[in-house]
Amino acid sequence: MSISLQENPIEVALETEQLLKATSGAGALVTFMGMVRDLPQEPLQQLFLEHYPGMTERSLEQLEAEARGRWPLLGVRLVHRYGTLAPQEMIVFVGVISAHRQEAFQACEFLMDALKSRVPFWKKEVSASGSHWVASRDSDDRALERWKYKG
Amino acid sequence: MTSGNCIKIKYFASLREQLETSQEAVSISGPLTLAGLRAQLMARGGVWADAFTQTPGLRASVNQEISPMDRVLSGGDEVAFFPPVTGG
Repeated sequence: MSISLQENPIEVALETEQLLKATSGAGALVTFMGMVRDLPQEPLQQLFLEHYPGMTERSLEQLEAEARGRWPLLGVRLVHRYGTLAPQEMIVFVGVISAHRQEAFQACEFLMDALKSRVPFWKKEVSASGSHWVASRDSDDRALERWKYKG
Repeated sequence: MTSGNCIKIKYFASLREQLETSQEAVSISGPLTLAGLRAQLMARGGVWADAFTQTPGLRASVNQEISPMDRVLSGGDEVAFFPPVTGG
């Protein structure tokens, strides 16, 4: 199972170890980890991550299949959290293994660009002055355009 | 009326909060697109009229696939309306 959706913290060392153990012929492992960013004006108290159960898993699986179709990948691992997170906690972990580095770098970047614009997660930031839903960024849509992915 | 012309609708994030509804079932009669369904929901007035117009870049999915507003719905479909996604 290379996709996980979980409330619990992400265990990076374990994820990396298991990904490598399940793969033979690995020449490169590229990982990306996304963290809960603090607010510029005041301290973030917590981040709430909502998702669409069922569609989220399905979308992540589609992204993995798309990446595997585009590059000769030997291993893929995608872990995303939901629920309530604290500042600096890890939200997402992506690990990609290939024989050579170029494919792993590109696939990892594609997976994150597509995840940002296509997978049904929504962030709500909570601070002392209240809470608000994070607005989407045009730059995320532009980042996806270069991959010509319509899924 | 049978369950054959019933669809399930889900709402997420800011839209769910504004509507104070996370899901409901509605019956449809005759051909209806996503845009037509949205118009029907907005015709309820009040917060329903406001929430859909105040959600920039409103997205919709049918049976858990992001779909264009001209998508035609059938009985048994699972529809969702939500703001642009912000995960990762």
